[in-house]
This record gives sequence, C-alpha cells and structure tokens, in this order.
Amino acid sequence: MLLEIKNLQAGIEGIKILKGLNLKVEKGEVHAIMGPNGSGKSTLAKVIAGHPGYEVFEGEILYEGKNLLEMEPDERAREGIFMAFQYPIEIPGVSNSQFLRIAYNEKMKHLGLEELDPIEFNDLLKEKAKLVEMGSDFLKRSVNEGFSGGEKKRNEILQMAVLEPKLAILDETDSGLDIDALRIVANGVNSLRSKENAIILVTHYQRLLNYIEPDYVHVLADGRIVKSGNKELALKLEEKGYDWIKEAA
Amino acid sequence: MITQVKKQNLYEELFQKSFSQSTQPAWLKDLRLKAFEYFSQNGFPTPEDEEWKYTNTAPITREQFSLSVEKKPSTQLENLIYKETQRSYLVFFNGQFIRELSNLEAASNIEIFSFSEALKTNNEILEEKLTKQVQYQRNGFTALNTAFIENGLFLHIPENQKVSVPIQILFVSTENVIATPRILILVAKGAEATLIESYLRSEQARYFTNAVIEISLEDRATLKHHRIQRESHNAFHITTTDVEIGEESIYDSTNITLGAKWSRHEISAKFTKEKAEVFVDGLYLTSGEQFADTHSVIDHLHPNCKSRQNYKGIVDGKSRVVFNGKIFVREGAKGTDAHQSNKNLLLSSNARIDTKPQLEIFNDDVQCSHGATVGQLEEEEIFYLMSRGLPASLAKNLLTYGFAEEIINKIELESVKATLDEALLNRLSVRL
Repeated sequence: MLLEIKNLQAGIEGIKILKGLNLKVEKGEVHAIMGPNGSGKSTLAKVIAGHPGYEVFEGEILYEGKNLLEMEPDERAREGIFMAFQYPIEIPGVSNSQFLRIAYNEKMKHLGLEELDPIEFNDLLKEKAKLVEMGSDFLKRSVNEGFSGGEKKRNEILQMAVLEPKLAILDETDSGLDIDALRIVANGVNSLRSKENAIILVTHYQRLLNYIEPDYVHVLADGRIVKSGNKELALKLEEKGYDWIKEAA
Repeated sequence: MITQVKKQNLYEELFQKSFSQSTQPAWLKDLRLKAFEYFSQNGFPTPEDEEWKYTNTAPITREQFSLSVEKKPSTQLENLIYKETQRSYLVFFNGQFIRELSNLEAASNIEIFSFSEALKTNNEILEEKLTKQVQYQRNGFTALNTAFIENGLFLHIPENQKVSVPIQILFVSTENVIATPRILILVAKGAEATLIESYLRSEQARYFTNAVIEISLEDRATLKHHRIQRESHNAFHITTTDVEIGEESIYDSTNITLGAKWSRHEISAKFTKEKAEVFVDGLYLTSGEQFADTHSVIDHLHPNCKSRQNYKGIVDGKSRVVFNGKIFVREGAKGTDAHQSNKNLLLSSNARIDTKPQLEIFNDDVQCSHGATVGQLEEEEIFYLMSRGLPASLAKNLLTYGFAEEIINKIELESVKATLDEALLNRLSVRL
C-alpha cells in the first residue's frame, strides 16, 4: 500500500475541516477527489504535503507503511511525495534551473545517489521541459516570477517531472487554465503516469478528467468521502451537480 | 571632553605634517586650512545632529590613525582587479591616487589627472567643484577629507565619448591608516561610461576610509555607477557621494555594502535641469557586530525628472542598520515621478534596523510613492521550497539569496556579479 489514510480529522486554526476521511491508494492508480467548494479537498492535499498551517486532530496517514504525520514537509518530498500547488509561489532572484537542480540534488543525496553538476543537470532539465512544452527561456527566469497562470501550472508539472515522485497530488491544477494549457498540463501528467507511481487529482470540475483518466473517483462533502466510483461517477456529477450527492449522503 | 581634545590634537599633528609639505595653490591651501579649523571646532557629528540621530561616531572618535608612509602596497593588486577592467583600472593606495599602479590602456578616450596635474591644467574646474559641490561645512567627515586633500583624481569623460569598457577605481589601504580619497568626475555632454568604485580588502586590517566623490553629468550624459564596499571587517568607512545631473541625463547607481565594522554612505543626487533620470539602488548585508548606514537625498528641483530608489537589506547577528532616504520635490518640479522602496529582512532577533523614508512634496503635479518594510521570510514561501525537498535552513537561505539577487542582478558585469554572488552565498552557506 502506497498511501493509507484512516479516519483523518484535520483543519486550520482550530476549525475541523476533514471529519473522518478514509482513503487507500496503490501504486499505478490515479484517484480523482472531487467535491464542492469548502468540502476539504485542498485541506487534504495540504495535510498530505505537510503544510505547517494545518493541524491534524485525529487519525493517521501511512505512507509506504510509515507514519507520514511524523515527517517534516521536506522529508516527505525527498521520500517521494509531491504536491502541485493551486497557487504556485513566486521566488524572485532564483532561477528555475537553479531551484530545480537544488531540489533534485537534495533528493539524490537523500537516496544516496550521485548529484548532478549544472551542465549534466541542464541536459536532464531540457528533456523534461519538453514534456510541458517549455522553452529554455523559462528555465533561466526566476521561479514563477511574472509567469501567467498557465505557465505557473506547467512549471509545477515540470517540477513533478524532475523530481519523479511516487505520489503526486495535483491541487486544482486545472483551475484557471485555458484549453491549450490544460492539454499541455494533462499531456505532461499522462506521460509521467506509470505502474510505479500514483496520482491524486484534486479538482472541482470533471473537465480535467477528460484528459487524465482516473481509475477511481471519490466525492468529498463536508469533510468525508461520501461516494466512490469509477470515471462514470464524474460524468454523473457533471450532469447533476453536487447537490444530488449531498442529498444521497 | 578631555579625550576628544586629545584626538583632535592627534589629527592636528597629521594635518600639520601633510599641510607643511604642500605646494598647492593658495586657494586650495586656504580651503584645507578652513576645513581643518572647522573640524577642530566641531569634531565628528554627534547624535544630537538630526542627520546622525542613529549613527554613533564614538567608535571612530576613540580610534587613532596615522598617515601612510608607504607609496606602494606590498601585496599584489591583480586579484582585486575585475576581469572586465584588466586594462581600465585606477588605483588609490591609502587614499592617494597612484598613476603608476593604474592602467588605462583600454579606455584611451577618457582623461585622467591627478590633482597635482589637474591644478596646472584644470585649476578652475577643481576650484569650482572642491569649494562648492561638497562643502567642508557639511560635517566633520567632509571637513576632515577636505583638510587632507592631496593627490586626488579628476576623471573626465569628454564630450560624446562612449566609453565601451567599464572603469574600475580600486581603493586599498593598510593597517592604521586614515585614507581620504577625493575624486571629481565630469561626464561631459553626450558622454557615456560605466564605473565600478570598489573598496576591497580581504585581510583583517584596521583603517579608516573617508572618501568624497563629486560627480557632474552634463546634458544627455549617462553614468552607470556600481559601488562595492567590501572593506576589512575591522575597517571604518564613510563615503560622501554627490551627484549633479543635467538635462536628459541618466545616473544609475547600485550600491553594495558588505564590509567594514562601521560604515556610512551618504549619497545626494540633484537634478540641475529637466527630463533627467536617477536610479539609486542598493543592498546591504550585515552580520556580527557590523554597523551600516545609508543616508540618501534625491532632490527634484526641475520639471519632468524621474527617480527610482530600491534598497534592500539583509540584517543578521547583532548588526545594526540605518536607512534614511529623503526625496524632495520642489515647487517648480512639475511632472516629477519619484518612487522609493526599502525592504529589509531581519534574520536575527538581536539585529536592529532603523529605517526612515521621507518624502517632501511642494507641488501637486507629481507621481510619488515610498515605503519601507522590515520583516521575516514568508511561511508560504518556505513551505513551497520545503515541499520540493529542501530542508528548512536551505529553503530560508535560498529565499534570502533570491531577495538580494534583485539588486545584484542589476550589475551587468559578469565577474563583479559573480564575486558578489559568491560572497552572498558564502555568507548564507548556500551552494548553487
């Protein structure tokens, strides 16, 4: 089992947002977490990534059998967890390629593998950048600074491509994307999908799932998963809205 | 009081020694004498003076310095010359301009004169500037500098000359010396140049640099001025920079403060005509028990001029920083566009910053803004980097590096930028 979440109760500033969430994710699977605004989708993503602003009141998260909640965010990342941010942060003064090389080498160091020098790394980076159709000018620019919404999301997927996580959580990666950017981002994610990793797609809309096909769809309402199914469930949500689920729950 | 009198007696001895050997024209001897009298009466400024409220000069008052007896440095200077200026550098040793140590092969279209030469060829310009631009009465430091004027430098970029290579002015000093370099820079009509003013000293010598630099840009002139202060960590340093900017001219300066135990940079930029632009940007990076002060004045006297000021600070350890930035927009200066920003990262609870942006506007038709912040790194930024596998300390150091880079990136000269990056990364223990 790659990830096992048991009775997770968590929130922010003392307010409980997740109220007993259970989820199991195996390698090779793609799970979509859908739900109305305020249902706790982003909270789930941030708790898995280890955002210091979020508090866990009860429950546990096991990642490869280990207690994830005891690990610092950077440790989680080096162990293979990656969250694509809904609102990626701008880091003025640090170039994309510098940043990615530092992150890559931190991971290599952790795994006891050889670190890459700037020349070696740039070869790797150029290959990865092709996945999200990013030119070399993007790699020289400061991380996310002055990037459009779509460029920021593509940059998140580039980071994912470089860090090759075992578990990637994409937090509303589709929000604010036009159709071309959505296609690029989805193609990038699809090409990174493998038997060795798992992806959790957190999204409000079914649209993304036309491009990245999930194995499972879960509906989150009021801090719990109230319904799980296959991709047909997403289509039904698209058609009927979330009220239908809420009533059923 | 007794101590203070004693110290002034010490400068008295040094002054008499320097003055008695002078063969300078009467006006200059007279100026030096008056300046020394002013210093004898007033000494260094004290915190009662509004401009020195947060700046304690006592550490300097307590120190004893001497005049240099050596004419040449015992160490090689090659390592202190930037790659881009290998054939275009000028050297001040212990405060005196030394032509023999300088090399201007690659910048043959500029004119340089030591003061002793300039007093023969350009006596009027020298008299005009030295008596009127930075007046000795400004404070005890400018008085002391003026009293000790010996071999300064007059740098002239003649009309319409575009100097393609950057020019480095290198200042080096030895143990115990008081250095009082004085420089006049005249960028004539339509001329363009890039200047790197570098105070470099890798060893831990104790000395005192008290520099005055007077710059005039005539009409449609451009000067890019990079000032790199990396004095020894036992050094005392003050530079007074005064700039006059003519019509449609551009003065663009980047001021980096890394060194010295105690330092102050006073910079005044004054528009003397219309439609000119001034950029006064800077970065200070302090730690340990360093004290670093920046006092700037940008004076909009004429219409349609633009000024930008962007100062950033990274303040660590028990260091103390003062930033005081004044912008004046005078009555006739319509269409003024002036913006000022001072952002500080306070990395230690034992460090202290006193920042005071000041905007005084005597006119309605203007676009002005100013602001200052003192803060820590954002939690969201740290989390973003940690979520990519960077340990917390590396994440913080990388963000701090990025914060400083906005200013360092302004310096287009690769080797200057590279050495500053290196110094910054060393200070932050980041490996890129």
